[in-house]
Amino acid sequence: MAKINKALFWSLFAAGGTLTAFVFPVLALIVLFAAYGSPPEIFAYEAMHGLLSNWLVKLVAFATVALALWHAAHRMRTALHGIGLRADGVIATVAYGLALLGTVLCAYFLLLI
Amino acid sequence: MAYVRPVSKTTWYLAKRSYTVHMLQELTSLFVAIFALILLWGIGALAGGPEAYQRFLDGLTGPAMVTLLWVTTLVMCYHAIAWFSVTPKAMPIQHGEEFVPGSVIAGAHYAVWIVLSLIILFLAGVF
Repeated sequence: MAKINKALFWSLFAAGGTLTAFVFPVLALIVLFAAYGSPPEIFAYEAMHGLLSNWLVKLVAFATVALALWHAAHRMRTALHGIGLRADGVIATVAYGLALLGTVLCAYFLLLI
Repeated sequence: MAYVRPVSKTTWYLAKRSYTVHMLQELTSLFVAIFALILLWGIGALAGGPEAYQRFLDGLTGPAMVTLLWVTTLVMCYHAIAWFSVTPKAMPIQHGEEFVPGSVIAGAHYAVWIVLSLIILFLAGVF
């Protein structure tokens, strides 16, 4: 079981790392425009709602957010081990627990749209 | 008893440049988490209706968010460059007898990354 979990968490970490590497830089840049108070047209409520009403877009959004959370959870776990924290059981439970919570919330929000 | 060289559990990664780089790459995950939460916040706000969504857009503005998103954008670029540079080691591709050179695999990822980013910018209406 432990071996299966290890492979599972590593797969999520690797998939999340690849997906975020491809899309997070440009998405962060786009949100930066919104932070400056001049969001691109896509940020209008009607446009964004229309976009995320599409099931394919929902699926992509879900995969992106969820895999990013699992990637970050796994990497922060290994980073905390790296800076000398040895309570790995607790850290793993909290990190993966938060990733799971975020995954469920993301699915719930997307189903409401 | 064999001699065991003392290694600090908390500062070992400062001893060598490659270790420090490794630790910096681990820390990019903090910004992956932050940006994923911003996206989750936006999706939740969108589900909450036009007023909740407007509060999200208002919440994104301001110097603190501008600073956070600049740092996030730059750290995410670093994450992408670092990630694709190790992809050939994590996922070597064999072609006949030979392995495809790492530079080709990494280069292909960089090219796809740049083209995909331009397409997303175009679709978002940035230009």
